[in-house]
Amino acid sequence: MQKLSFRDKIKEARINASDSFRGGKLMSSIFRPGSPFRKGYVDSPRNRSYVVMNNVLYHLHPVKVKRHGVRLSYTLCLGGLSFFLFIVLTITGIWLMFYFRPTELAYVDIQNLQTSIAFGSLVRNMHRWGAHLMVLVVFLHMSRVFYHGAYKAPREFNWVIGVILLLLTLLLSFTGYLLPWDQLAIWAVTVGGNMAGYTPVIGAQAKFGLFAGLEATTATLLRFYVLHVLFLPFIIVIFMAVHFWRVRKDGGISGPL
Amino acid sequence: MVDIPEHLLIRSAEARAKALGITVDQALAEMKGEAEPTVISKEPDVQVIDETPAPAAETPAPAAETPAPAAETPAPATTKKETPEEVEFAPEVKVTQRLLTVVKAKPIQKPVSEPVDKVNTWPHLMLPEFVSLMAMTAFLILLSAILQAPLLEEANPNVTPNPAKAPWYFLGLQELLSYWDPQIAGVMIPLLLGVVLWMAFPYIDRNPETHPSKRKFAIMFYTFFLAGAGILTIIGVLFRGPGWNWTYPWIDGIWFDDLLDWIHFE
Repeated sequence: MQKLSFRDKIKEARINASDSFRGGKLMSSIFRPGSPFRKGYVDSPRNRSYVVMNNVLYHLHPVKVKRHGVRLSYTLCLGGLSFFLFIVLTITGIWLMFYFRPTELAYVDIQNLQTSIAFGSLVRNMHRWGAHLMVLVVFLHMSRVFYHGAYKAPREFNWVIGVILLLLTLLLSFTGYLLPWDQLAIWAVTVGGNMAGYTPVIGAQAKFGLFAGLEATTATLLRFYVLHVLFLPFIIVIFMAVHFWRVRKDGGISGPL
Repeated sequence: MVDIPEHLLIRSAEARAKALGITVDQALAEMKGEAEPTVISKEPDVQVIDETPAPAAETPAPAAETPAPAAETPAPATTKKETPEEVEFAPEVKVTQRLLTVVKAKPIQKPVSEPVDKVNTWPHLMLPEFVSLMAMTAFLILLSAILQAPLLEEANPNVTPNPAKAPWYFLGLQELLSYWDPQIAGVMIPLLLGVVLWMAFPYIDRNPETHPSKRKFAIMFYTFFLAGAGILTIIGVLFRGPGWNWTYPWIDGIWFDDLLDWIHFE
């Protein structure tokens, strides 16, 4: 029998240790049967399915998708990027909440964020440009869906949900626009709120409800803040869940043309 | 009457002829209604199976030559010789054969969907997806490192900027407001055109075609909408100055504070 070198012994011990760790009780309790984290990954059709089936996030996708749908030129990944930007905005938004008070101090908080807090300026910029980008990407996604005729049967209702998601995205962006509490914010929201005041019959009430008063004040700031960080994200997540679910239930991606 | 194929008719006639002891031609004529049906003088050759060994059945059945094997019930092992090849499910019924109907040959299940060409999500979809997410992250971080988000003076309700502009995605609407009555341009158009028509679009457009060449009107409609919204927004962002008067960005500068730091970027 050949005597193992020290190096080989170490290697063998490492493989044994990692095998017993992967197959051990701890990993078995965390990962589902068949997961590559439990038994390693060897490329095979079976394991390719397991990668998707055993992960809650990847599980948004079916195990197999139509071949034409994975071409980047078909979707430009716009729907996925919309969702991804929403996640980026959620993470940066939660981070910004640590440094922001929706009161008269809002403006000072933003100034401090930009000048005294590590990465404050970068994260604020990411949140703002990311928001503009999300409006754009969601709109482009809608245009892509339209030009492919992907709203047709059986996907009519998912188009309706998509329009609702676009409106919610606009509302999220609009409510966030007020939060820096500078001249740009307050007057943009004043213009928008005055437009709501032209609603027939309930115009005055709509404007009053939006402003929490007759004009944009710190009461409006608090109202928009709660809408922006809790209410609208809560609603949009529900609609997103239905949207993604319906994509799969309606037979996956549309086409090919 | 259903049009019965000739070969089936002949096969059926042969069976009838054999059962009744007549010629095939005669049977065929009877079945076509050209001759009087032969009166069945004798019962057809059937096995009458009974649990009691070889009884006289209700009808004089001449064909009960062999003792009937009791198939289903475990009768006392008096007559049971061996398991019969075919088990009849209703032994008291006398079996005759006749043509009742002809079922046309077609699949009983209609395939609703054609098999489609599919690939594994991992890695064929998830890798491109991952790459685009990373690219987007890189782009966003780069953009945020270069361009500073605007922050003007503190909000002051007593100082109205001129012009006061909405966020860019509402500037097309704000531009419309300068043409028409606010009730029309500010509320009815966005509500009816922007929300109701937009949501109802799949229910209005019932053309099932998806290829662009077969839905020219829809494509044209959307492209006009896109161009209109784009032009109004660009006008609102770049070409409107104090008092919402027409300005040229290359002469009078840009009157949109959201873009302020983009322009003064060094």
